[in-house]
Formats: sequence, structure tokens, C-alpha cells
Amino acid sequence: MTRAAAARLPDGRLHLQDGPIDLVIHAEGPRAAAALSAAARRFVGLLDELCAELPALRAPSGAPLQGLVARRMGAAVAPHAARGFITPMAAVAGAVADEILAAMVEGGGLTRAYVNNGGDIAVHIAAGERLTLGVVDRPDRPDLFARALIEPGIGGVATSGAPGRSFSLGIADAVTILAADAATADAAATVVANAVDLPGRAGILRLPANVILPDSDLGALPVTRLVPPLARDEIDAALAAGAAVAHALLAEGRIVAALLRLQGESRTVDPARRLT
Amino acid sequence: MVIDDFEAGPDGKIRCNACPVLCWIRPGLAGACDRYANQDGKLVRVDPHVLLERATAAGENIVPFSREWDGNLFVTAVGAGTTYPDYKPAPFIVSSQIEGVDTVTVVTEGIFSYCGLKVKIDTDRHLGPEQAIVRVEGEAIGHVTTGEYGSQMLSLGGVHHLTGGSKKEGRVTCDALLALSNRKAVELTIDGGATVLVEAGRPPVIDGVVEERMRVGCGSATIGMFAKQWFGKVDDVVVVDDHITGVWSEHQAGKLIGVKPTGLRIRGRRSTPGRYFKVAEPGTGWGGTNLTDPLAILDAFDPKVARPGQTLLMVSTTGEHRAFFRLDEALRPREDQMPDDLAGSVALIRENCEPALSTVLFMAGAGGSLRAGVTENPIRLTRSIREALTLVTCGGAPVYVWPGGGITFMVDVTLLPDNAFGMVPTPALVAPIEFTLRLDDYAALGGHMDAVRPVASLDLAQRRLAPTPRTGRPR
Repeated sequence: MTRAAAARLPDGRLHLQDGPIDLVIHAEGPRAAAALSAAARRFVGLLDELCAELPALRAPSGAPLQGLVARRMGAAVAPHAARGFITPMAAVAGAVADEILAAMVEGGGLTRAYVNNGGDIAVHIAAGERLTLGVVDRPDRPDLFARALIEPGIGGVATSGAPGRSFSLGIADAVTILAADAATADAAATVVANAVDLPGRAGILRLPANVILPDSDLGALPVTRLVPPLARDEIDAALAAGAAVAHALLAEGRIVAALLRLQGESRTVDPARRLT
Repeated sequence: MVIDDFEAGPDGKIRCNACPVLCWIRPGLAGACDRYANQDGKLVRVDPHVLLERATAAGENIVPFSREWDGNLFVTAVGAGTTYPDYKPAPFIVSSQIEGVDTVTVVTEGIFSYCGLKVKIDTDRHLGPEQAIVRVEGEAIGHVTTGEYGSQMLSLGGVHHLTGGSKKEGRVTCDALLALSNRKAVELTIDGGATVLVEAGRPPVIDGVVEERMRVGCGSATIGMFAKQWFGKVDDVVVVDDHITGVWSEHQAGKLIGVKPTGLRIRGRRSTPGRYFKVAEPGTGWGGTNLTDPLAILDAFDPKVARPGQTLLMVSTTGEHRAFFRLDEALRPREDQMPDDLAGSVALIRENCEPALSTVLFMAGAGGSLRAGVTENPIRLTRSIREALTLVTCGGAPVYVWPGGGITFMVDVTLLPDNAFGMVPTPALVAPIEFTLRLDDYAALGGHMDAVRPVASLDLAQRRLAPTPRTGRPR
């Protein structure tokens, strides 16, 4: 298996890459080195496992799934199936992060660890520890606009939005979700970001997903490519639509907090005060 | 015939085989990874180091890895990807047999902050004073360095322009270096001098004029070469040259064949008989001077020696500028129709001039962590190159490795495959580099033996082999 690549970054973090997956992994604690080795071991072949059942993963939620990562994906999206079209792919990044983190935590001896899969992050925090996470809305111009306090009980942070590599049906710049694990956060971020929208608003460029990526799991659904500058009341309306879904997910116990961002405006759904 | 690494579909779509996701990719777009893209129906690898830029905006940085293969088995690093900082083995450590010995080629791409270009522009025209700043889009990217025989050297880039100046200076420098390295044309403006359009392997264009020929030699050398040709056809010849202007009747070469003094006097500093420095200011006129009228360098003829009707040829060192004169009763030169036999000798000067070119050498130092991708004990790699046990190539092209410390090398960019260079936003250039050595020597210098792969496994994996250089010299 020579396709997957592993490298230590100058700051000691581990970088794993295979196909479209890029993971940046950090571990602290007496068994940190062993945990990083475990991460690399689990990583080899993981993409092949996923690809073996790609058709089912790209199909609407409900198809039977075999692999460990695939089942994490399926479980994360299942609760959202009633709200609209969703496939297990909505949780792929988070599920991969969870799977690698699980392999690291198995051996014990970690105080803090995280697996960052392109912004969808699985986090392990031992009792009494905490981790502060910065949130940016433009990866090309890093500038923190919020911080998330991660304490035991939160195992995943994920972000979804119209810009970036994944597609969104909504217009949010970013929706960041804190949840019990990364796959859950990933799926919820997708659903909330889809809900931040102004249906029918002229000037928003939407294209069928499969025009851009022929194999997209979203098929011909219109995905957002360009959002023009919006009026303040439009921004408020779109964020309110997303926040309503976030409140519903919070009430169902699926997420801990949500941060919604659109054209410089933010909304938080954060009763536990995790975001600052 | 080598099977392509991708499958072509309808509407120009292609299917990428780089990983098991097997994305279908539309023309002009990238796959799910943003690493591989469809450029005009060909699968190309978008340099992973420019991932933050949009793939579509990175058109120039796209590195093709699917190439025609001429059957000559050589692995190059173009598009190999690097593992900076290179703590892990270079992407490809390939074992193959060359002349019956087991060899390994360590294929990687180096990220070079310490890199630049040495540009040689064949011209006698004055491009600018030594040390003058060379600019692109107003940003300093290098300087004028030495004048060489028939050429002007420029030094472009280097770490101080890439990372030592303003952000814009670094970006503009990096873009210019990348374009020139990939054999694209770049317009350079020299402070207090000319504007030059430089493209590796092509004639320079100086202030809008294509430089076609190099001078045959300096003015004095031209006299030496053609002294006999002029005998009996003209009374005196002045070869106008910014460096050394030659006067046939005074020059040793003229004296030896019996050319008589003509009373011609040059305004300038005489070096030795028939050889004059500083007859005019440097410029883009006659023979690299600022002259448009060559008579401006002549003083009045000596009336004790000169006689009316005496003839004079004035010519530049490329034969591009030439004029024929006859002295009137007052011993003033008057331009006249050039006799055919004399025009023939001027044509001979032109014929003996080589085509003028811009040549671009990429120079970089690979002394840093890149070596760690090759061996666990980097200094041994440096030593093994010194001892000529390891051959260094750049995209398959031969390089010159500087003596002294480090692995500082130079390579003619025209010998590399198309678009072999890339960049990272650091800013720095990415260039292929390969180290080829015997398998046992590789083991001896602490090579990553567990990462050595047989060459046959490569095309089954992700990529095919790049060709030998288009204009390859014998290796």
C-alpha cells in the first residue's frame, strides 16, 4: 500500500494523505507516539474500504452498509433523512476522523488528541482537560472570528458552507457544529448549512451538482456557486432559517452548539456557552 | 504503446485513476481531491502545494504526468509530489537496471527558496549598467551582472527577492522565475537601460527589436578575422564596437598585410594600435553604442596622410550596420554606394555571427531537508555526489553541481519537459530532482531501502514515466 502518504509536520503533528483525504493529527499524553502510529496503521486501506461501497454511500440514506467508516456515516445521517435529501457522504469527513481517532484512543494514555480532516475534526479530551479551537471563515485569510471551548462530552467539530470543496444547497459561508462525535457534527453542519438559504432569491448562482462533479452524490440538485452581496434583512432571514433547524437539532439532543456565518454576520445556537 | 492513466468519457470527461474514488472529471475542473484535474482532456496533477489556490486559477502551475514515452526507461521527478519537510522517503525510490547494475533513482520534487535564474542574453546592445535593477511589473526581481563575450548576463530571483522583500516583490519574482523556467516569455525592464523580452531558447527582443545575431567578435577580433577579405577593395575599415573599436590600417592584422596609413583619427581612448575603447556611450545603436551616425567617432583626417577619393568602410561587429564613404576634396567622408565586392565581405561578417538567443539556467540549492527524503544520513548523499557515485538530474536533464558545500546545481531549462516547474505560495519554486546511484551504494549511504520499489510497479500504480528531455544531450 504505497499510495497513502504519511509525514511529520515541523510542529510534530502527523499528516496523512490518501486520495482526497488529508488528515492533520495531534496527540498529547504518555502514549502519544503510539497513538500516532496507530492512526497511521488504521489509515492504510481506509480509502479502499470506503470506495468498495461507494455506490451505496452515494445513495440516499437507508441503503445497507458494511464497513466501519461507512456505518458511522450511515448512522450520522439517518436522523436527518426525514428533513430532506441526504446521503451518507454528508458525514464522510467526520466519520473518517472519528475512525482514526478511535484507533488512537483504543490504546489509552492520551490527554488530548484530535484528527482534523479538512476542517471536520474528531477530538478526544480526557477528564479535566480542555481544548480551545479557533473558527475562521476564510481559510485563505486566517482571522479568528470565534473560539470554541472543547471539554469532555464534545467529540466532534465540523464546518460546512457554500465555499470550499464540498457542495452546499444553502448560502452560508460557514456553519460550525459541536457534537458528540465528528460524523454527527459533519452531518448536522451539512443540514444546517443547507437550511441557511433564501429560496428563489435572484442573483444566487446555483448549478446542478453533477455538472461540476459528474459523480456527486447530490445528482442534479442545485448547489450554490456564487452568492451576491445581500441586504441586512436578507442575511438575517437566511440565518434565522438555519438557526431554526439548529434549534431543532439541539432539542433532539443531536448537537451541543451551532455557529452560523453569512457575509460577516453570525448567529449562535449555544445554550451551554461553548462559543466565544 | 503505453496505456493511459485515465479513461476518456463523453463530453471531454475523463476518469482519474489516481485513487480508488475514480472521479469523473469535467474539462477545466478538478476531482474531489483538488489534486488531479482535467486539462483539455488530459489528466494533470495540480501541484499539491498550491491547493489553497483555486485549481482553475492555477493553470500555469499544473504539472502533467501523463506523457508520451519514448521507451527509454528513465524516471523523472516531474509531478512526483514532494513530502516536504522530507522526513519520510521521497515519493518514488525506484529500482531499475542500468547497464546491468542495480540502480535506484530517488525521485522527488524539491521546494527551493534558495533558487534563481542565470540568464544570458546574446547581444552587443547595452541593456543597462552593471548592478542595475531588473524589474517586472515595477518590482525588483534581480540585477544586471557581468558582460560576457557577446552577451549580457542577468541574475534573477534568489532568496532575497523571493522572501526578503515585500510580499508583492516575492510574488512577482516567483511568477517571473516560474514563467521563465517553464520557457515562457517575460518582459524585463532594466533601470537606466532597456526593456527586454526574454524567452529561453529564443532570440531576445530588446526595446521592441528582435536581436537576430551575436557579434562575430569584438571590433578588434573582427579586423583580425576579415583583414584579408578587405585587401584591395577599400582603403580603410573601422569596425564599430562598444567594447573595442578596431581600425584596420592601424591594427596589427592590417599592418602585416601591408595596409597603408590613411590619416584616419578616432575619438576615443587608444588601447594598442588600431584598438580603441570608449568611442561612444553604450546603447542600442551601432555595435552596441549609442551611435546612429558612425562618423561621430571620427576626428578630421590627417591632411598630411589622407587624400581625396580615399575610401572607408564602417561596419558593426554583426554586419547589421554598415556604410561606405569616400573623402571629398576637403577630406570629409561622404557616404557613397557600397561596391558589390565589399558588400560581400560585410555579408560574410553576418554569416559568421551565431543566432542570438536568451538562455536560462535554473540554479538552486538542494542542501536542506530534501536530502532527508533520500537517505537517513543526509551528509552522505552530498558526499556521494561529490565522489560521483550519485548522478543528479533535474527532470531528467543533466545538471552542473557546484563544487564546495551543499548540492547547488544549475540546469538548462530547455532540457526539461514542458511545465516541469511549479511553485508554492511561500513563495518558492518547485523543481524536479532525481538522484541515481547503484543500489548497493544507496544502501551504504543509509537509503530508505524499505521504500525502494521496482520500476515495473510504477505504471501500475499512479503514473507513467516522463520522457527523456526533448533536446537531450547524450547522458
